[in-house]
Amino acid sequence: MLRKLEFVLRRLLTSLFVLVGVSVITFFLSRVVPNNAAALYIGPRARPEDIQRVSIQLGLDKPLPVQYTIYMRDLLHGDLGTSIGTKRPVLQEILDRAPATLELLFTGMFLATMLGVPLGVLSARWQGKPLDVAVRAISIVGVSMPAFFLGLMLQIIFFRNLDWLPLAGRISNDLRFTNPLETITHFLVLDALLTRNWIALKDAAIHLVLPAITLAAYPIGLIARMTRAAMLEVLEQDYIRTARAYGIRDVIITYLYALKNAISPTLTVIGLTIAFALTGTFFVEIIFNWPGLGQFTVRSLLNIDYPAIMGITLFGAAAYVVINLVVDILQAWIDPRISLK
Amino acid sequence: MTAMPALTVEPEVQSARTFRHVLSVIVRDPLSLASTIVILLFLLVAVFATQLAPYPNEGAGVTNVPHRMLAPSTEHPFGADRLGRDVLSRVIVGSRLAVIIPLGVVFFAILIGVPLGAIAGYKGGWVDEVIMRVTDLFLAFPSLLLAMAITAALGRGLQNAAIALVVSWWPWYTRLARAVTIGLRERYFVEAAQATGVRDSVIILRHILPNTISPILVQATVDLGTVILAMGSLGFLGLGTQPPSPDWGLMVAEGRDFILNQWWISTFPGLAIFIVVLAFNLLGDTLRDIFDPRQYR
Repeated sequence: MLRKLEFVLRRLLTSLFVLVGVSVITFFLSRVVPNNAAALYIGPRARPEDIQRVSIQLGLDKPLPVQYTIYMRDLLHGDLGTSIGTKRPVLQEILDRAPATLELLFTGMFLATMLGVPLGVLSARWQGKPLDVAVRAISIVGVSMPAFFLGLMLQIIFFRNLDWLPLAGRISNDLRFTNPLETITHFLVLDALLTRNWIALKDAAIHLVLPAITLAAYPIGLIARMTRAAMLEVLEQDYIRTARAYGIRDVIITYLYALKNAISPTLTVIGLTIAFALTGTFFVEIIFNWPGLGQFTVRSLLNIDYPAIMGITLFGAAAYVVINLVVDILQAWIDPRISLK
Repeated sequence: MTAMPALTVEPEVQSARTFRHVLSVIVRDPLSLASTIVILLFLLVAVFATQLAPYPNEGAGVTNVPHRMLAPSTEHPFGADRLGRDVLSRVIVGSRLAVIIPLGVVFFAILIGVPLGAIAGYKGGWVDEVIMRVTDLFLAFPSLLLAMAITAALGRGLQNAAIALVVSWWPWYTRLARAVTIGLRERYFVEAAQATGVRDSVIILRHILPNTISPILVQATVDLGTVILAMGSLGFLGLGTQPPSPDWGLMVAEGRDFILNQWWISTFPGLAIFIVVLAFNLLGDTLRDIFDPRQYR
């Protein structure tokens, strides 16, 4: 127990160190790399007097270490600057849009895990057989497909040709009047479920299908392959051979004995892919007009909305670090060998 | 003393044998053979783009408005885009940027990353600690997000997008080169060189780096697919190549508004990205199986 606590503390400390480092990099990107950071910060319509005022406000005339302290002080107060495009605090913009992105992200990752883990297990059990080859093919196709291309193709097939699913958006507009959704969690599907608004639930759910599949395509492959590798390693071990020798059925060995020990490395990959999928959602959101962080990010990138870009980068990196931390701690909890290392 | 040269020669002999082994595996596996051929074809198309494109001027960006939105036909096998440009020509001319720039990105990422990794792995101690903590910081960002932020800081454009990708990718090579070097450090030919008083810099250059080549090449093949995808993604966002130059990602973005009716504008460039990336991933996967990277992790 003490060992575990020590492990968690150590991981917390390294994460803190990485977060500080991340802030140094975004500091450099926002204040040091650009030719005229103040002009970038104000946007295209900067007047000389504005540039001078903002230069002083950002402390650009001061030595770098002092500038960094000012930058950090603002950050710790939750001040990521003001968006040029919307004139609102960047943090507020991020928080307003995060639920839509997270809803998509969680659904996509859930789908990827629910498909990827079984595919990986089956692939390991039938190693070298046609099923294994098929899973390998699916995985490689999945990681090779640009999300923005897959999304467009799905729209052509499922909206234009089959007319089964909506083209884009998060929920139908007319529902706002006929079956308005009460906001509790900001996750539409969950809100609809909680308020028993079945029509809205169905509508929100079918809007999620294509974006979630597009997002899941990449992680499904990664998760399946990692699960397969982990399973193969476990299946080679003595205790599995012993179990076989005892005549325990293959199904029980694979799904009960082996999977239990293969799940820990798989968990790491799932954690890592969540972070990749976060960037992936940006592209999926653009294709499907999903009102989340991605749309905001792209608009900021194209309009050079500098404070917004840096705020999102910092947010993305911080999310990545936190997810990794959570995964590591979860792993230590599942697999006691890890905290002993 | 006669045994010494034999010891230093050993890795080179091995690499020649490995190369032949790799070739034989690729030739025997239909998927790997097909992907190698596809990659070579795309490289050829990239090199001879202006000769191969039916309308090289339109490929480069000259508009032909009367032909706008023409559906695929024998004259325009991939149709024409919003400004009447032949999509096939644009895909062909675009292959230059789409395939050759990522080659450069991976090359420079290796050039920065591998020596740093070799130094970290060979020296150990505080040098190792400093280099690896710096890579940790870069790896704390999702690569594509970091590349997006760097491109934004430097300003949009092909060159800056390429620089941004190099900056986001080198740490992966540092990690790999370090892991390989740690394995090599204990080998006889390195110990022998140390014992005879060869300088560290010479050992790293002559004995360590040449032996990191095969795992690095495997990783580079796998990465090329990812970098082409990342380059396409930056292009799609409008951060890479600026119009009217043809960029596959940008072409997909330009055709997005017409996807339901003039589907060809986005579909063909998107398909081009998919096929090249798939080919690199398939080949990389086979190479990875041959070299089994687990021995380096």
